[in-house]
Amino acid sequence: MTIHKLDITKEHCPMTFVKTKLEMSKLKEGEILEVLLKEGEPLENIPKSLKEQGFEVLGISHIESDVYKVQIKK
Amino acid sequence: MMNNLSENKKLSIICFSGDFDKLVAAFTLATGAAAVNYEVNLFFTFWGLNAIKTRKGRHFTGKGVLARIFNFLMGGINNVPLSRLNILGISPKLMNSMMKKRNVATLKELVGAAIALKINMYTCEMSMNILGMTLKDFIPEIKEVIGVSRFLEYSSGGERIFI
Repeated sequence: MTIHKLDITKEHCPMTFVKTKLEMSKLKEGEILEVLLKEGEPLENIPKSLKEQGFEVLGISHIESDVYKVQIKK
Repeated sequence: MMNNLSENKKLSIICFSGDFDKLVAAFTLATGAAAVNYEVNLFFTFWGLNAIKTRKGRHFTGKGVLARIFNFLMGGINNVPLSRLNILGISPKLMNSMMKKRNVATLKELVGAAIALKINMYTCEMSMNILGMTLKDFIPEIKEVIGVSRFLEYSSGGERIFI
């Protein structure tokens, strides 16, 4: 299975959401996107908004200091 | 998984201001909303038209001498002023470099994001008429030239914001 990767740790609102959305649109049904993001607004709201859009959030893991990885299935 | 949002989530912004900071606010809201699956409409009127002209600098575009002078004076996205502390047009350039330095999307990047997200963009028929402009004077992503009634129709059932 193809796993796509996206790093938005250096991005700010609204580009955190925009880049995730645009990357998700490139995925085929069933494919997975791994997003590296920072705690705070991105960590609180990106998984929530993806769930609302009907995507499956497979897991959230702590990578280092304030960086987290979110796995999303389309 | 299926996308199941967008229903009942609609944001329509009237982009009246041609100020750098207000355009940044309009495009930030628009792209953020589109990224979380809102249907987004941007309606550009009067000074707001400067943000989406094909020619980004100062050019004598439009039909008629006065219209051409006005369009030259207003310029395009490269010339949009800050609403405060513009300081002869220096501040928007400083602001732009500060935004880049802090990794915040610039106005041009936000316009690019709006295009990538396929946000619905419309121009105001009446303002274009005053300024002697046609659809070819604007970026090709402009969907349609519309008036008040069509804007009300397209924005119906959602939130409307005037910036």
